[in-house]
Amino acid sequence: MTTVIEIANMLLGGLAAGMVLFIVSVGLSVTMGLMGFVNLAHGGFAMIGGYVVVLAMNRLGVPYVAALALAFIFTAAISVVFERFLYKRLYRAPELDQVLFTIGLVFMMIATVTLIVGPETQPINLPPSMQGQLNLGFMTYRTYSIVLIVVGVVIMLGLWLGFERTRMGAQIRAAVDNRRMAESLGINITQLFTITFAFGSGMAALGGGLGAEFLGLDPQYPLKYLVMFLIVVAVGGLGRITGVFYASLIIGVLDFTLKKYLPQGGTVFIYGMTILLLLWRPQGLFGRPA
Amino acid sequence: MSVAPVQSDNPAARALAVRHRFRWWEVLPWLLALAFYFAFPRYLGFGTELLITVLFAISLDLALGYAGIVTLGHAAFFGAGAYAVGMLAKNEIWTEPISGLVIAAVVAGAVGFTSGLVLLRTTGLTLLMLTLCTMGLLEEIANMAADVTGGFDGLDSLPIKPVFGIFEFNPLYPNTQYLYVLGVLLVCFVFVRMLVYSPYGHSLTGIRENTLRMNAVGAPVRRRLMVCYTISAAIAGIAGALWAQANAYVNLSVLGLDRAATVLIVLVLGGYGRLYGGIVGAVAYMVLSHFLSKAYPTAWQLGLGLLLVIIALFARGGILGMFDNLMQWWRHREKTPP
Repeated sequence: MTTVIEIANMLLGGLAAGMVLFIVSVGLSVTMGLMGFVNLAHGGFAMIGGYVVVLAMNRLGVPYVAALALAFIFTAAISVVFERFLYKRLYRAPELDQVLFTIGLVFMMIATVTLIVGPETQPINLPPSMQGQLNLGFMTYRTYSIVLIVVGVVIMLGLWLGFERTRMGAQIRAAVDNRRMAESLGINITQLFTITFAFGSGMAALGGGLGAEFLGLDPQYPLKYLVMFLIVVAVGGLGRITGVFYASLIIGVLDFTLKKYLPQGGTVFIYGMTILLLLWRPQGLFGRPA
Repeated sequence: MSVAPVQSDNPAARALAVRHRFRWWEVLPWLLALAFYFAFPRYLGFGTELLITVLFAISLDLALGYAGIVTLGHAAFFGAGAYAVGMLAKNEIWTEPISGLVIAAVVAGAVGFTSGLVLLRTTGLTLLMLTLCTMGLLEEIANMAADVTGGFDGLDSLPIKPVFGIFEFNPLYPNTQYLYVLGVLLVCFVFVRMLVYSPYGHSLTGIRENTLRMNAVGAPVRRRLMVCYTISAAIAGIAGALWAQANAYVNLSVLGLDRAATVLIVLVLGGYGRLYGGIVGAVAYMVLSHFLSKAYPTAWQLGLGLLLVIIALFARGGILGMFDNLMQWWRHREKTPP
C-alpha cells in the first residue's frame, strides 16, 4: 500500500507541474506552428501574468480567481500591442533576427519588472480553500495540486473542442498544415494570428499565475524556465495541442520524480533525453514529419 | 588562393578579385590594441577580457555569420576549452600555456565535432533547442562532477607556467596576459581571415544563402558545415582556455546561457558575417558594459534589450552595417550634386 501511495504522490505532483507547463507552453506551440516564429519571450508573458496575480492580490485585495482572469486579460491586451507593432515586422525575417528580438524583449521585461516591483521573489498567498489537504478516498493530497490538475484537464478539453469543433480552430489547423493554401482559401491569416497570439499569451499568463506558488516568481523567471518551455514545445511537436499536453505531462512527471529521487542528475537526464528524442524524431514526439 | 586574371573591366569583377587583399585600415585595430597597452596600463585586466571576447565572437562569426548555423549554445565550447586547461593545470598534469591552448582546441573541437554530428542534421527551432540542450547538459555535468571540476565553486589558483618559460602571469599586473592574448588573437584572426576568403569560405556563405542550391550544385553541405562547426568550436575553446589561463580560475560561468547570449549580442551589435563585427561589437559592448552594468544594472539591462530589439528590427548589419550604409549614402551624395 505504501508503494502505491508513493507512486500516486509522485504522479499527482508531477501531473500538477505538468499541467502548469501545458497551460504556459500551449500558446507557444501554436504560434510557433502557425507562423514559424521563434518566440523566446513567451516565458515573459507568463511572468507578467504571475506578477499581475500577485500584485492584484497582495496590494489590491482582489480574490485569486478574479486576479487570474485579470492576468489573462491584461497580458493578452499587452501582447496584442506587441504583436501588431513589433512581432508583425519579423514574421518573414530570418530566425536569428527573431531570436535577437525576443531575447531583447525578455531583457526589457526583466528590467521593467525589476524597476517597478523590485528584484526579490514575490510571495503568493493562495486562498485558504486551496491550502489544505483533500481526501481522495485512499489518500490525501494538497488541494492546490488537485485543483491544478482539474483546471489543466478542463483547459485541455476546452482547447481541444475549440480546435476540433469550431470554425476558428479549423482555420488554425489549416494554417498550421499549409499556410499558403489556407491563405488562398481566403482565411485572414494576419487576424487569425493576432487572435491566436493574444490567446496564447493570455494562457501563458494564466499558467504563470497558477504556477507561481511552486515555480517561484522573480524577474529572472523567463530565462530560468525558457529551456523548459522550449523542450515541451519541441518534444510535443509544433502546433499540436494534444502533443504539447502529453509532452507536458511526461516532462512534468519525469522532472518531479527525478528531483525527488535523483536531485543531482535530474536535469542531465531531461536534457539528454531531449537530445536523443529530437535526433530520432526532429519533428517532436507527436508532431507530423515536415 | 591564386587570383585568376580578370577578364572584364567590370568594376564588380575587379572588386571581387581583390576583396581578399589586405587593406591599409586592417592594421588599425592591432595598432590600437598595442597603443592601449601603453596608454592604459591600469586597465589591462579589462583589455585582456575584451580581447578574449573578440576571439570568442570571431569563432561564433564563423559558425553563425558565415555558415548560418543559428546557435544559442556556443559557450559549450568556450567552457570545454576553459575546463580542459583548468582541470589539467589544477592536477598539475599540464601547466604549459601554449601547448595548453592546443589541447583546449582539440578538446573543444572534439566536443564540437561530436555535437555537430547530432546538431547539424537539423535546422530551425530543433537546432536551436539542441544547441541549448547540449550546453545545458555540459553545464550540469560540470556542476555534478564536483570532484574534478570543483562544481559550483570551480577551480581557482591554477598554476600556469610562464609563457616561453620567461614571462610570468601576474594576477595584479596582467601585462603578460594582455600581450599573450593579443598574440594568440592575431594568429587566430589571420587564420579565420584566410579561411573565410578561401573557396571553402565562399562555399560556406553559399550554404548560408541557399542550402538547397548548394546541395543541387553538388557541394558536400553536411561535411562543410561539420568542418566549420568543428573549427569554430576549437577557436571558441582557445578563447575559453585563454580566459582560464589569464584569470587562473574556471567556474560554471564559462558554460552558461549568460555567456552564450552575451557573445551573440556582441557579434550582432558589431555586425555578423563581416569578420570585423566581432572586434567592433566587443569594443562597443565591453566599454558600455564596463561603465554602465555595475553602476546601473537594471537600466543597463533595459538598454541592452532595447538595443537588441532595435538591431533586429532596423539595423540588421549592426554597427558596421550602419557604417556601410552611411558610407554608401555619402558616396551617392557626392556623385549626384544637388
